Amino acid sequence: MPLNEKYEAVIGLEVHAQLSTKSKIFCGCSTEFGNEANSNVCPVCLGMPGVLPVLNKQVVEYTIRMGLATHCTIAPKSIFARKNYFYPDLPKGYQISQYEEPICRHGYVDIELNDGSTKRIGVTRIHMEEDAGKSIHDMDTDTLVDVNRCGVPLMEIVSEPDMRSAHEAYQYLYSIWQTVKYLGICDGNMEEGSLRCDANISVRLKGEMTFGTKTEVKNMNSFRNVERAIEYEINRQIQMLEDGERIIQQTLLWDAANNVVLPMRSKEEAHDYRYFPDPDLVPVIVEEKWIEEAKRLLPELPAQRRSRFIDQFNLPKYDAGVLTQERELAEYFENTVNGLVKKSSDNYKTISNWIMTDVLRVVNESKMAFADFSVTPSHLAAMVNLIIEGTISGKIAKEVFDEMLKTKEHPKVIVERKGLTQISDTSAIEKEIDAILSKFPNEISRYRSGEVKLMGFFVGETMKVMKGKANPKVVNEILQKKLSV
Amino acid sequence: MAVTIKDVENIAKLAKLEFTDEQKEKFLHQFNDILKYMEQLNSLDTSNVEPLSHVIELSNVFRADEVKPSTPTSEALKNAPEKNDKYFKVPKVIG
Repeated sequence: MPLNEKYEAVIGLEVHAQLSTKSKIFCGCSTEFGNEANSNVCPVCLGMPGVLPVLNKQVVEYTIRMGLATHCTIAPKSIFARKNYFYPDLPKGYQISQYEEPICRHGYVDIELNDGSTKRIGVTRIHMEEDAGKSIHDMDTDTLVDVNRCGVPLMEIVSEPDMRSAHEAYQYLYSIWQTVKYLGICDGNMEEGSLRCDANISVRLKGEMTFGTKTEVKNMNSFRNVERAIEYEINRQIQMLEDGERIIQQTLLWDAANNVVLPMRSKEEAHDYRYFPDPDLVPVIVEEKWIEEAKRLLPELPAQRRSRFIDQFNLPKYDAGVLTQERELAEYFENTVNGLVKKSSDNYKTISNWIMTDVLRVVNESKMAFADFSVTPSHLAAMVNLIIEGTISGKIAKEVFDEMLKTKEHPKVIVERKGLTQISDTSAIEKEIDAILSKFPNEISRYRSGEVKLMGFFVGETMKVMKGKANPKVVNEILQKKLSV
Repeated sequence: MAVTIKDVENIAKLAKLEFTDEQKEKFLHQFNDILKYMEQLNSLDTSNVEPLSHVIELSNVFRADEVKPSTPTSEALKNAPEKNDKYFKVPKVIG
């Protein structure tokens, strides 16, 4: 029996999302990334004696939003706790987090599997906490500490151990990423650490009810790394069990350069955080009214938007999935559709094709934001309108699109300036076709004796002579008429 | 449940502190005295009492998400025993 059929993996993820607030969670220091070391600090986030933290309300708002988007119960009362450990990047000697009474519990996320089916992944809890500072080990013979990140608000989303493969973990993380981006509560940048993911992984024989010994894998700073690291760790554990070895419960770091996991030198040997309620922060009470208001402010979420795109625009499931990946992209599509002169499923599909191929190619290559993209939705709509009206062909449109990218001009201006208007005048086209047909009597008889694929040759010749500007539909019609016996 | 010397040593380690055997012995008695007092509280029936996390009856104390001026870096570093330019400097953590 292949090993991957003999064993099954059990995976749970802890995702830390940095909330996009302007100020820190317990003080008014800026959360801006990349500022000079120790410039966004004050007595509160430096952990000076006698200071008092005050909770940033936006952090609560954002976390409630995430809780609602993942179908959690919002706790009527939640409190903050101190997680005690000594590390230089944590000046107070404790991290303010939530322990026994987190703000959100018992939610779920539906992910899509390769076979098209849906799987529900449980969300155990979502809580608010502060980030730690940054230790730098390679700038001095000693360790240097930058406290800027200390107190930046984080939301920790803990899943149930419901995932059974690296791919499922990937899909779950993707869904969390998509949701925080749609909600506008986190920028989702994994490379910069705005979204971080740790995985708890164990394996067991299929059919076994109890869990095996788990390891925790950290330092996976991209979607691809998450999938690769989990895959690696699952195989490592299976191999160990096959060799009769015991799995040791430990924390591992993913080394992306060498494709391996390495044991982490532990921050504190005994994980004894001695949590207790933080006396400096009073309970957060969330009444029904607040939850109702938060629900009202929720935007349309990715899954809802995707099914609406399928229903409203008659798009294939695949197109709807691609177009709703990001909120800005979905909005770009809808704004383009709004500019159509003729609303029809065919025209929606035409726009979808242009966005999925041409627009996304340029946007992905340049890593630019949709707001900065040189072809606006109204210009793209105007270009598609020119195709619908028969002013330009799809092929000429490619040329117009490239020009729009460069000059940001309106497509009509480009078509006029470059003389790209399509010729639909039947008599003009007929004249050219007559001239061409007179040059190829052999091909005509071959066509008439059954070599119908030669039609493409005649169309090509006509287009060549007319510099691609002839209306292909008219060319086809005339050729059909003239070549039939 | 009584505290042992081993518990005292573990707590000292978590606090990154070192003590002599005499001091440990002294803490052992003090810790156990505190626990004995707690035992006394445990004799009360609290099954119908909601756990109390805060002694003051306040909730929802918030601030608006507004950036306030931070402390100048030179001020922030003033009490640091060691620094390197704009950084706090501490003994090597790993490596």
